[in-house]
Amino acid sequence: MTDISRAARHAATLLTIALGFVLVPCAAYAQHETAADLLDGERAFRNACANCHGPDGDVIAGIDLGRGQFRRPLTDDELVRIIRTGIPNTPMPASPMTVEQASKIVAYLRARAAATRASVATGDPLRGKTAFDQQGACTSCHRVAGAGARVGPDLTGIGGRRSAGELQRALLDPGADVAPANRTYRVVLPDGTAVAGRLLSHDTFTVQLLDTREQLRSFAKSELREQGFVPSPMPPYRGTPQEIADMVSYLSSLRGQ
Amino acid sequence: MRGAIRLLAVLVLMTPLHAQVTFDRILHGEREPQNWLSYSGTLLNQRFSPLTQITPANVKSLQQQWVWQARSLEKFEATPLVVDGVMYTVQAPNDVVALDAATGRPFWTFAYTPAPEGRPCCGKVNRGVAILGDTLYMGTIDAHLIAIDAKTGTARWNTTVAKASERYSITSSPTVVKDKVIIGIGGGDGPIRGFIAAFDARTGAEAWRFYTIPGPGEPGNETWAGDSWKTGGVGVWNAGAYDPETNLVFFGTGNPAPDWDGSTRLGDNLYSDSVVALDADTGRLKWHYQFTPHDELDYDATQVPVLADIQWQGRTRKVMLWANRNGIMYVLDRVTGEFLKGKPYVKTNWLDGFDAKGRPNRVKFPTPEGTLVRPHVHGGTNWAPPSFSPRTGWFYVATWENSGIVAVTGQFPRTATSNAQQTAMGQTNLVPFFNDDTEPYGVVRAYDPKTLDQVWEFKMSDITWGGTLVTAGDVLFSGGREGYFLALDARTGQLLWRASVGGQINAGAMSYAVNGKQYVAIAAGNALFSYALP
Repeated sequence: MTDISRAARHAATLLTIALGFVLVPCAAYAQHETAADLLDGERAFRNACANCHGPDGDVIAGIDLGRGQFRRPLTDDELVRIIRTGIPNTPMPASPMTVEQASKIVAYLRARAAATRASVATGDPLRGKTAFDQQGACTSCHRVAGAGARVGPDLTGIGGRRSAGELQRALLDPGADVAPANRTYRVVLPDGTAVAGRLLSHDTFTVQLLDTREQLRSFAKSELREQGFVPSPMPPYRGTPQEIADMVSYLSSLRGQ
Repeated sequence: MRGAIRLLAVLVLMTPLHAQVTFDRILHGEREPQNWLSYSGTLLNQRFSPLTQITPANVKSLQQQWVWQARSLEKFEATPLVVDGVMYTVQAPNDVVALDAATGRPFWTFAYTPAPEGRPCCGKVNRGVAILGDTLYMGTIDAHLIAIDAKTGTARWNTTVAKASERYSITSSPTVVKDKVIIGIGGGDGPIRGFIAAFDARTGAEAWRFYTIPGPGEPGNETWAGDSWKTGGVGVWNAGAYDPETNLVFFGTGNPAPDWDGSTRLGDNLYSDSVVALDADTGRLKWHYQFTPHDELDYDATQVPVLADIQWQGRTRKVMLWANRNGIMYVLDRVTGEFLKGKPYVKTNWLDGFDAKGRPNRVKFPTPEGTLVRPHVHGGTNWAPPSFSPRTGWFYVATWENSGIVAVTGQFPRTATSNAQQTAMGQTNLVPFFNDDTEPYGVVRAYDPKTLDQVWEFKMSDITWGGTLVTAGDVLFSGGREGYFLALDARTGQLLWRASVGGQINAGAMSYAVNGKQYVAIAAGNALFSYALP
């Protein structure tokens, strides 16, 4: 499973404009943020904003940050300025954030709003589960409630962390944006053996993976013939619209710890 | 898409079976000397490594291979496990870390913040994890037992063993037997009722529970005056041992509470300060031996039981070796619990002998003016793990010589005299040169279990909280509060090598191998060190 698809996010941005929503995105930030930036933005939002706006951004009347609804249309630049300077005579305070830090919060909110508005058909979670376990062979890589492999991310609680729109995008374009913790790294040993796996950690001299045989592996970089990130091995899910909706519905139902 | 998935599925199915740590592997840990699969190496608790690369002849060439710094200021008491090149340890209080055993580089960290109610008496420490299959098990300061995926560092289940708000806690490494994870509950310096419990390794469901204080109607309850059994303490805060031939699991138990005032709990206070032998499947008591009846000196009996088969009066006997905090070393028959021999291994004055069944005859009691006892509260040794070498046949214990003054409750602390250092329970001579230059001190000693005679000793200036590790190369590793990691000749006690580790050693060493290279690891200060030959 991957995180938010950048392409899909841009498509949603266009949709937003076409439908005349109050959100008026500015490409200045949106085109440069990475999955890591969005995570940074999410963390900063939870630390600096959620206390008043709530974890979903919808606590203050007339404002729903998670859906891109403000009291008036705002550009990204305006949002960044408001985050940094506050709004006089209101409870919205100024913050000491840099432009870059505030921009990441804006990017996170834009991505979240786009994902929330994405159109996801109603699916049948039971059919989705069957496809997940059988036809899709998803457990070959993913794990749910202790069953399945660890090659891909554990999806036990994915429904609580990702919206249906985000899940659908990750299914259709899994490699577009991959969370840092889920990146695939490949090394080639001196004898030509290639080892790939999820990158767990690395430093100047070594790199640590959970390889595709579920072995924890550590390598000295100086002894590797090649090393580097490779695209996500997850193939796009090519079902019918209903099959995709079923799968999304099942994934959304996964709320375990 | 399907092709790619099939390829991944094939790769996953190629996972070698040896990645799973079966109970058979744990039980026969000696068959894979490159690994260290339980707290003391095997369930016999001999802390004996069959590795032979490091010898008395070459140990002086040991070099530090790596250091892993814990992000914790608590004492580092954990013994790591090593499974096929991956090391697992605990960053106190309750973060589990997976490291590359050859480089010390981390794979993952499982972070757990215990509830603030978890406030044990003596530091938020942890002595290590256990493993079964591909799951690690850790007891926590807030009295939970947590199962963690050994590959990814994610929690599988989290069971509440007892309420931290009622002063229960867990600091010991769990003991895995068959399909169960067995753990003792700590907190026995407070008004708890201690117990040992077994949990289904797969689900975390409790399978059985043995209360270390019998309830009304059970044998032993009469050894507690009135209702004192309800809050009599008797925590269990060290790992157990397992004997497959008898299917018995053995645990040492802690002191009765209140620690220093026995007047409210008259009687022997079973099963405090004892070893209990329990059926591993049911938790039923098979036998017990009480080292210190009606303890008023806080001696506990929380050393790990060490199991060995030795020659005893002309025949092989299945015994349990025990260097107790009360200053006495014991040999028990581990099948029946029979007391075979007991003998002081440090200066000891609280008893003058045993009756035929091994009950000690106590001769020192608290008085208003104070009574000098040897050893004092810290004991002849404490919880740190000893070792036994099947090659030498000797039992190796890091011990302390110390004394202190106990008084009738309410008499201390009193006006300090020349002995200016006091604890809440009275004066204790724990610092070198406190009284004079002969006490106290730490010392590593080898004993012959057949006679309990001392074979050799290596004296240190300061005391030690470190354990011992002995290897098939006949090298003994230990250390102490001075901050030296030591290698001694296991046959002579001669110092062969030392390394300054810059902090107290509060744990036992262990040994493992990666790609044919033997390593020795020791926790000291707030870091974990690993050494090997060049």
